[in-house]
Amino acid sequence: MQHPLPRRPGRGLARGIPAVLSVVSAFLIWEVYVRLSGISPLMLPAPSRVLDQMVLNRVILWENTIPTLHATLAGFSLSLTVAFVLSIVLDFMPRVRRALFPIFVVSQTLPLVAIAPLVVLWFGFDLTPKVLLVALVTFFPMLVALVDGYASTDPEIEGLLRSMGASRSVVFRRARLPSAMPYFFAGLRISITYAVVAAIFAEYVGARAGLGIVILNAKNSFRPDLVLAAVVISSALTLVLFAITALLQRAVLRWRDFGDGR
Amino acid sequence: MSMLDIQNVSVALGDTDVLGGISMHVSEGEFVSILGPSGAGKSTIFKLLTGALQLDSGAITCNGRPLAQNTQGFAFMPQHDALMPWSRVLDNLTLGLEVQGMPRKDARARVFPLLPDFGLAGFERHYPAQLSGGMRQRAALLRTIVQARPVQLLDEPFGALDALTRTQMQKWFEDRWQAARWTTLLVTHDVREAVALSDRIYVLSRRPARVIAEVTVPTPRPRLGQPITADAHALEAHLLDILLNQTGDDL
Repeated sequence: MQHPLPRRPGRGLARGIPAVLSVVSAFLIWEVYVRLSGISPLMLPAPSRVLDQMVLNRVILWENTIPTLHATLAGFSLSLTVAFVLSIVLDFMPRVRRALFPIFVVSQTLPLVAIAPLVVLWFGFDLTPKVLLVALVTFFPMLVALVDGYASTDPEIEGLLRSMGASRSVVFRRARLPSAMPYFFAGLRISITYAVVAAIFAEYVGARAGLGIVILNAKNSFRPDLVLAAVVISSALTLVLFAITALLQRAVLRWRDFGDGR
Repeated sequence: MSMLDIQNVSVALGDTDVLGGISMHVSEGEFVSILGPSGAGKSTIFKLLTGALQLDSGAITCNGRPLAQNTQGFAFMPQHDALMPWSRVLDNLTLGLEVQGMPRKDARARVFPLLPDFGLAGFERHYPAQLSGGMRQRAALLRTIVQARPVQLLDEPFGALDALTRTQMQKWFEDRWQAARWTTLLVTHDVREAVALSDRIYVLSRRPARVIAEVTVPTPRPRLGQPITADAHALEAHLLDILLNQTGDDL
């Protein structure tokens, strides 16, 4: 009859073992290759050397991680808020959606390489251009996810609510918004992986501090080991943010643990 | 007096005439079925009643008042259960009452005493996905009934169930209906179901749908859970003959 126990996917440590093994062996091969071939660390530093540099330069790296994290979170919060508010406006006003959607699509075709220097030129070396660039990059996936999510609402549930006398806004709150949540989290996970990269690129183009500046300076002084140290931190940042959205998703979409509903 | 009166109603969707002058009525405490070939416009009648469609001509009155002034007349149970997968069973059951403005606490107090009769006691904290097909259908029915509207509209409520569960649910439903006598309008294409559950049956033609037969079921209740009587059997054969030969259906 019913399923008394939730069908949770297996989350044991055992499931993570293949991933850990493949990552560790990739670094091992890299390390062994560098040592055996005697290649110059100016060309390709070994992972152990990158790690050493991370420890040696930990203060500088940490001081430059803070501005990057700051820009990432501020930009992401901005784009999350705007995407959410705008998605509701678009859902209630289909005409506005038809008018504005092409603009959003075009905004996604702008090459970041060209736009970033202009944004820095217009808004200076402070936080603003970084926040704007992070927002520009992360906004669209979330907006599309929300708009598509609203449209995915089961028409039978909407018809049922209307037969109960529900207004458009009650239908939105009770059916369309919850229906959009799985889509929203899919968009959120895509966006968050772009966010840190966008912030670092914005810094690279013009900033006083940040991981982008570390990378720029390290590159200019022929220090690939320091470049890679900054890269490791940037990846770690993205992974942490990704993990946070995954946890949030598990909390909000708890009902999905019990099957897909039909 | 008729609880629901549909007089000479016509509806066209685009260029297609869906309903071509339908008249029917349902009295208080009566169980009436609409039987017809698929695509005949059975569900269109429900869309009119729930306000999802406007009629082109004719009149519908509920409790003596025109439909436009009386949108609170019907509780609707859609074809599939339409339970919200993200809400617990209890929150699905109180949905109609809450939408009408009843505080959640009061709505729950209304629902709780009904849980045992609907076989849902102990499952109110589950999610719909954890329920069997029959339980989901009972939950959808309870969500309909608890709104305490004058007329219940059931759109093929057992159509999506497997044959065994459907038979069990029909028997269970007959028992519940006999106890409560909800004024009910049922849409179905299952002749046996219509004969087993109804006081009266309207048969619709193909589009544009007209009422081509109206029959009263004389068989005393309970009808299910025992061998089918001769008169019920004859009525089933009669209705099947109408559906096969007079609806304009060429196979």
